[in-house]
Amino acid sequence: MSYLIQGQKGERRLFMGNEAIARGALEAGVSVAAGYPGTPSSEIIENLAAVAGERNLYVEWSVNEKVALEVAAAASFAGLRALCVMKQNGVNVASDFLLHLAGSGTRGGLVLVPCDDPGALSSVNEGESRHFARMIEIPLLEPGNFQEAKEMIQYAFELSEQLRTLVMVRSVTRLSHASGDVTLGELPQSAARAFFKHDGFILDPLEGPMISSPVEYKHGLQQEKIKQAAELFETSPFNTYTGPPQPEVLLITSSVCNLYSLEAVRLLEAGERVGVLKMGTTWPLPAGVLEKHLRRAAKVLIVEEVIPFLEENVKILAAELAPAVGVKTFYGKRDGTIPATGEMNPDRVIEGLAKVLGVQYAAMPADYAQKALESAFFGAPVRELTFCPGCPHRASFWSIHNILQLDHRQGFVCGDIGCYSMAMLPTGFSSLSTLHAMGSGTGLASGFGMLKPFGLNQPVLAVSGDSTFFHAVMPALANAAHNRADITLVVLDNSGTAMTGFQPHPGLPVDAAGLEVEALDIARICEAMGATVRQCDPFDLQKTQETLLELIGEEKGLKVLVLKQLCALSPEKKGKKMYHMRIDASLCRGENCGCNRLCTRVFKCPGLTWDKEESVSRIDEVICAGCGVCASICPVGAIGKEEAV
Amino acid sequence: MMKEQATMALSADPYNIIITGVGGQGNVLASRVMGNMLMEKGLHITIGETFGASQRGGSVMSHLRVSAAADVSPQIPRGRAHLVVSLEPTEALRVLKDYGNAKVLVLCNMRPIHAIGVISGEAQYPATAELKKWIGDLSQNAWYVNATEAAMAMGNPIFGNVMLVGALAATGVLPLDRDSFATVMARMMPGDKVARNMEAFDKGKLLIDN
Repeated sequence: MSYLIQGQKGERRLFMGNEAIARGALEAGVSVAAGYPGTPSSEIIENLAAVAGERNLYVEWSVNEKVALEVAAAASFAGLRALCVMKQNGVNVASDFLLHLAGSGTRGGLVLVPCDDPGALSSVNEGESRHFARMIEIPLLEPGNFQEAKEMIQYAFELSEQLRTLVMVRSVTRLSHASGDVTLGELPQSAARAFFKHDGFILDPLEGPMISSPVEYKHGLQQEKIKQAAELFETSPFNTYTGPPQPEVLLITSSVCNLYSLEAVRLLEAGERVGVLKMGTTWPLPAGVLEKHLRRAAKVLIVEEVIPFLEENVKILAAELAPAVGVKTFYGKRDGTIPATGEMNPDRVIEGLAKVLGVQYAAMPADYAQKALESAFFGAPVRELTFCPGCPHRASFWSIHNILQLDHRQGFVCGDIGCYSMAMLPTGFSSLSTLHAMGSGTGLASGFGMLKPFGLNQPVLAVSGDSTFFHAVMPALANAAHNRADITLVVLDNSGTAMTGFQPHPGLPVDAAGLEVEALDIARICEAMGATVRQCDPFDLQKTQETLLELIGEEKGLKVLVLKQLCALSPEKKGKKMYHMRIDASLCRGENCGCNRLCTRVFKCPGLTWDKEESVSRIDEVICAGCGVCASICPVGAIGKEEAV
Repeated sequence: MMKEQATMALSADPYNIIITGVGGQGNVLASRVMGNMLMEKGLHITIGETFGASQRGGSVMSHLRVSAAADVSPQIPRGRAHLVVSLEPTEALRVLKDYGNAKVLVLCNMRPIHAIGVISGEAQYPATAELKKWIGDLSQNAWYVNATEAAMAMGNPIFGNVMLVGALAATGVLPLDRDSFATVMARMMPGDKVARNMEAFDKGKLLIDN
């Protein structure tokens, strides 16, 4: 039985924020959950999928976030409680449906959990989902600790049903991927039944059709719901105040910044001077709560991630409340007291708060800091991100990089989202020239591919992972086919949504619950779109490079190369070597070889090391995954491979 | 008996532990195992970790905070670590730069993992003696162990992380004992993997005891 559903009411468990969210959904009696994998959100759906059978749930990995929200909304329309989960970028993808969903309203409780990634720890942006709540007028909750992550989900379902609107519960990396102890509640016995009433009066929210028209009427209704939410939030237990009745500084915060702020106050020993108002209900803000606390102090510091969302909304209310609460001096992101970009941490809050309080704080004695800095400078070489040992992407980009060099027409690669985004770094031979959203590589390539009449004669390539292919590449590819763009798409098919932990997608013969399904064939889909399609094993460098040269040599048309090889971390492969690698030191010519250390200086798989004293390459047995590719790279055949049994 | 000892053994509240290493070394598992063991003692646990680089050769760090109360930040403030457990020696230095202080304790596995900058020749990997000197200078006390080699002798280098948990138990700086390890293993691991992990824990203890 999964760890998530063990244990009785009242027991304490060490849960990751994402597990607490999943547990909260289970305690709320959720019936349907859908999402698209994305760090830091993926463990929520994963954990729910693991208990789907036992808890009578339907859980799916959807093809993309918009479809995920549609799947969850359908369950809500049929009267069930449904959860939809995605990383921040996913909300951008889902936003078109989101706007209309806010208009149509919901029936069974519907909760959207976006997990934002301040500081872009696992993203190529640090975008925000909170402003969507304000923009489309739905309630927003932000858990300030692990227990709240569970409890807010339960409350969000109730609120959603009370107001008949979608409710957003926003998490961030340092909550989703951090762990803390959570006290368990009861898991209900659910016997939810689904039925979609649709033939009632057009304005009947429970029996009529689910539509966002008549627009002005529905929009007005939506604003009524937001007003009601603000009233309900006036007494919410998720808004808490810690501090003296009349502090010098009122610190207003939300989400995990609450924990940083409490720590900052403690380390500055400023408990008598600073009060911390933690807002759990951040949209709409309850004016009465703000009025009560704004009265306490003349100085207000706002601490949040990433954009000044809370700051701006508090300021609007403070202007409206000025006759009652007086004029305030605000500190936060807009005046530079708190950094405007990147993630927060206790030290960043300490720095800002110390400025407002006019006190000094040194995290380390200067001599220790200096000594530690020097030791790390000399003793801890920078650890740049790299493809894993045995990663098929290293081989794929080796081939792509080399054929573009050989071809000489300054061809380029439009990148996409996945582990292979790292091909913008030296580990992928700095092969990517563009990198944006899911599917943008093929969309951009489609555009570049139309520029021949303007003189653009460079070969245009795009790369896509297998999950990304289904998520957003298919429409871009259809666009390229229809408009006759001359491009080559390389699908880096490693048989899973590898970056986020091997979630299934439509190209695999298995679904989220582990049940067997029919796999969609990427090559056949591309063929059906009229592309010239080839398939290779990227570990076969010679065949891959010959095929790529042939495809980009053909100037006209849509060409697709599917490079199929399992991810080195896939459950099927992990810990198993295909080959035992060995270096014949008598053959390796070291620094004197004309290759200029191709294996370690350029290919630089972490499974290889350079023995400087002996001037020879070595295999690191602990790291090497035994893919065998480096054997094809050594020009003198010094790297040998022997099939592992 | 152990429960009373537990709170006594915490020399600071919150007690701040950083477990560090390189993606793929099993950092996250080690922090969860230790967190669960300490929770068995009635303490409150907060763990913050960076997953992004967890399998991609980058530095990985887990912040494990132990407190008699809840609600501590999942990120340890600068200069505030009490204990650093490092699966790789250069990572210990990287952590000490930001979180070290004159009183910090360090348990360090000495097996190097070369960064790609070292493999390519752009950077140098320091000698073991130098690493020990730097780590020693920046800490109050340090234990150096060869857990990866001991784990390889068991057949799989991945046991290095559990060995370090065993080694840490042997140092006595935290209330980590074999019984709570066994309880946590039974909960977290599939049944067939428990025995091998118990063996790794015991062999890890020997790295300090011998």
